[in-house]
Amino acid sequence: MSKPRVASTSLAGCFGCHMSLLDIDDRILQLIELVDFDRSPIDDIKHISQRCAIGLIEGGCCNEENVHVLHEFRKNCDILISFGDCATMGGIPAMRNNIPLEECINEAYRDGPTVYNPQGITPQDPEIPLLLDKVYPAHEVVKIDYFLPGCPPSADTLWAALTALLTNQPVELPYELLKYD
Amino acid sequence: MSTMTSKIEQICARYDHDRARLMDIVREVQEAFDHVPREAFGLIAEHAGTHRVEVESVVSFYSFLSDKKQGDVVIRLCDDIIDRFQGGDEVGETLCKALNINFDETTADGNITLEKTACIGMSDQAPAMMVNDTVITNLTPEKIPAIIEQLKANPDPQTLITEVGDGNNADPLVQAMVKNNICEAGPVILSDYRKDAGLRKTLTMTPEEVIEDVKTSGLRGRGGAGFLTGLKWALTRSSPGTDKYVLCNADEGEPGTFKDRVLLTERADLVLEGMTIAAYAIGAETGIIYLRAEYAYLRAFLEDKMNQRRAANLLGNNILGKEGFNFDVRIQMGAGAYVCGEETSLISSCEGTRGDPTDRTPFPVVKGYMVSPTAVNNVESYCCAARIADMGPGWFSSIGTGKSTGTKLLSVCGDCARPGIYEVPFGTRLSDILERAGADDVACVCVGGPSGQMVGPAQFGLGISYEELSTGGSMMVFSNQRDILEVTEAFMEFFVDESCGYCVPCRVGNVLLKNRLERVRKGEGSQGDLDYLQRLGESVKYTSRCGLGQTSPNPVLSTLKNFRPVYNALVKDNGSGMNKSFNIMKAVEEASAIAGRRSEIFHA
Amino acid sequence: MSDAIKIKIDGKEIEARLGQTIMQAADEAGIYIPRLCAHPDLKPIGSCRVCTVVVDGRAQAACVKPVMEGMEIMNETPELLQHRRNIIDMMFVEGNHFCMFCEKSGNCELQALAYRFGITAPQYPYQFPEKDVDATHPDIMLDHNRCIMCARCVRASQELDGKNVFQSIGRGFERKIGVDGERALGDTDMAVTDKAADICPVGCIIKKRVGFEVPVGKRIYDKEPIGSDIEGVKS
Repeated sequence: MSKPRVASTSLAGCFGCHMSLLDIDDRILQLIELVDFDRSPIDDIKHISQRCAIGLIEGGCCNEENVHVLHEFRKNCDILISFGDCATMGGIPAMRNNIPLEECINEAYRDGPTVYNPQGITPQDPEIPLLLDKVYPAHEVVKIDYFLPGCPPSADTLWAALTALLTNQPVELPYELLKYD
Repeated sequence: MSTMTSKIEQICARYDHDRARLMDIVREVQEAFDHVPREAFGLIAEHAGTHRVEVESVVSFYSFLSDKKQGDVVIRLCDDIIDRFQGGDEVGETLCKALNINFDETTADGNITLEKTACIGMSDQAPAMMVNDTVITNLTPEKIPAIIEQLKANPDPQTLITEVGDGNNADPLVQAMVKNNICEAGPVILSDYRKDAGLRKTLTMTPEEVIEDVKTSGLRGRGGAGFLTGLKWALTRSSPGTDKYVLCNADEGEPGTFKDRVLLTERADLVLEGMTIAAYAIGAETGIIYLRAEYAYLRAFLEDKMNQRRAANLLGNNILGKEGFNFDVRIQMGAGAYVCGEETSLISSCEGTRGDPTDRTPFPVVKGYMVSPTAVNNVESYCCAARIADMGPGWFSSIGTGKSTGTKLLSVCGDCARPGIYEVPFGTRLSDILERAGADDVACVCVGGPSGQMVGPAQFGLGISYEELSTGGSMMVFSNQRDILEVTEAFMEFFVDESCGYCVPCRVGNVLLKNRLERVRKGEGSQGDLDYLQRLGESVKYTSRCGLGQTSPNPVLSTLKNFRPVYNALVKDNGSGMNKSFNIMKAVEEASAIAGRRSEIFHA
Repeated sequence: MSDAIKIKIDGKEIEARLGQTIMQAADEAGIYIPRLCAHPDLKPIGSCRVCTVVVDGRAQAACVKPVMEGMEIMNETPELLQHRRNIIDMMFVEGNHFCMFCEKSGNCELQALAYRFGITAPQYPYQFPEKDVDATHPDIMLDHNRCIMCARCVRASQELDGKNVFQSIGRGFERKIGVDGERALGDTDMAVTDKAADICPVGCIIKKRVGFEVPVGKRIYDKEPIGSDIEGVKS
């Protein structure tokens, strides 16, 4: 029997949740026994190659590309997990949600105290994804099946959740593993 | 600044620097300066013996008070769904155009402010608006330019009155264009009655006998909750305390209700008689009529009625020669807050604080106004009590049904040929009322206002009573041309606006309900959203602190129950896992405009 | 004692005294009823509704409802747990609660309640409202993003500090905590030693320069759920 496939992505996140995933240390060898990794920053596969059992979503959606990727994950994964506070509630990027978009862009590219941009140019390359009006938690864009909060969720939290899912156990985090910080 | 100081000192002195009269003080400051300036908060606090933040707390609570400078003339267009369906939105657009401003703005010359307001109790002659305290009814867009011209020429809104209404609306102290629209007079309240006969009989009895009669009559509160009036009086009487109070709830804020407006206009004496009987029964010397700001045009008239009664020894000391029976009444003006119709909020407001409700242990009958035993009754309840005193409890209980005795005043409005007041015996079937009101194309009736139930044809055979269709008087008729969920959403907006925000479920839950309903109406919802509405609505209903919160999800819950097919037609699950409510094109619209390019990934 | 009475919570008979609230009686009996606005040193006001229980068939706030002889109270029914969870969710989405950088994290009663209820994400959409931060006071910050309108500060200032620094202003969703100063907290007579500075259940009232003093793992709710102290009373 082939192993279940797992894909993961970091949208509007900081990759901290993926770092936390690597923090499972030597248990990663056990994980490899249990699953095959499909698209993920860990193996640098760029697109989901075949149907996956689990998709791990780090980060919310702050731009159109995030939405595009999230759609790909929803279409190709049986179970989607928001892992980390950004996917779950927008996180630090969502702090811009009550600041007008234009003000955010100007602050980032022109007016910020650490910005050096004598020509005052805002990059407009078509390759740069357009920002969304606000940062959306992943479940406001697609259906999400499980949430693992934390900034980041601890390696133990991720391990507990993944092994539960992969062994058909209910995902119930013990008290010490459910944290928002 | 010094004129402000002296004016504020003057106003506070008129109310004996009494913190409990803060409502009156800030209302007068607002009248004097067209707002309550923030720099006056400290001064008012100093001269009323309170804190600056307490003044801010009151001013920021009531929608008719403002800390921003307003015009001499404030136009408040009634934004109730009935008014909107009768053309209120078009009237609003014309007002904006004629004044060249939007709502919540003041004209460039600073003279006229335009606002929207919740139901002003004129749903039988909608659309209507208030110009300061003057009510203008039966508006059409065509009438607006002339009204604005007139106001620009003369800011006294009374000059807009060309024709006064019937009955006491024509009284020199009222001079309102409001019509009574009494369509059916029942035996208890709107038929001819013997003035003060009930009070005279009362004074020959002991207070206990009076209470016993009210108990025997089966009279229940007419505001909607239906608590037994006799029991309320008995509890107030037996609660320890030397000062006891009789409060009249004339804060008729339930959208679609206007029967108290008519009672205060045509039965003011009966109301005061009922209050006096209550005072005798419970042993109170002070009464307060809490009059909603929307009915300020009746204030002078009511004050005059009270003066006449004082002159006739029907109020004051040793009333009608009854040694030791002293009772007098004052009017407490509200300032635009639906929640103040909730009895504990009403008491808070009378005490000069924001109208937050308080916990109902202890109940007002034990610790109410000024922490003393207080009976708060509806305008109509006092009228009933006075009639019971005259005609006897047996006469009263022979009308209506076993558990709902007497008659009920209904304010019928909306899609019917004869909107107005119907006094009917309890038990009268809804279908009969609709027929009499000339409503022949009816999809939905909202019985009891937004806090009541929205019912469909399957329920039209039910009777108006506490046991079947309970109502404080509001009865809004909606024809098949109306979008029932538009009505529902308007009602939820109303509760969002009127929640005091004290408790979490009402403050937050209603916003969430309104937003999710909006999503469903746009066709962006799924079956799961209907479960969401149901579960959330139940939590708000179950856990909210006061009657407002506990009834606020009723528009959603009763339409989910009685109009489920309307919802089902709007929701569809496509099974893709993509949320319909997330619209990528809309989400990138702003960035696209800023960047001057379209999305490379998503094309419309 | 003459005022000793018996009441039942979830079928279990416990002793109580007349004059106690349901919550006080339950606490003494080692039964935890979740709460946020209630605080043992303050007059209860029943604003958060998390402590909703069913008394003889009617929903009541346990923090304000006095006990009576023979009272039958339901506390841990599936319906009540669901209503409470819904209320906790509402508090999360009505504000801007960024736990990851909040000084109160780990010691926050709202967060701790969510942990106790096993909430991984609120069911309701975040509202992301625009709220102010008031940093005008030399020693105290007031971050309205995190306020849950429990009015503990209002009561503490009045009842414990003999001042009147706070009061609720506005109404509905716009309701917020106002301060008794011309412009902001810095204009009030609030002192860092006031009881009101220590009473906030969330991270709205924060003392400056003392944030993150306790390391992760040693904070109040890192290991033990909120309410464990009460439940430990009789176990």
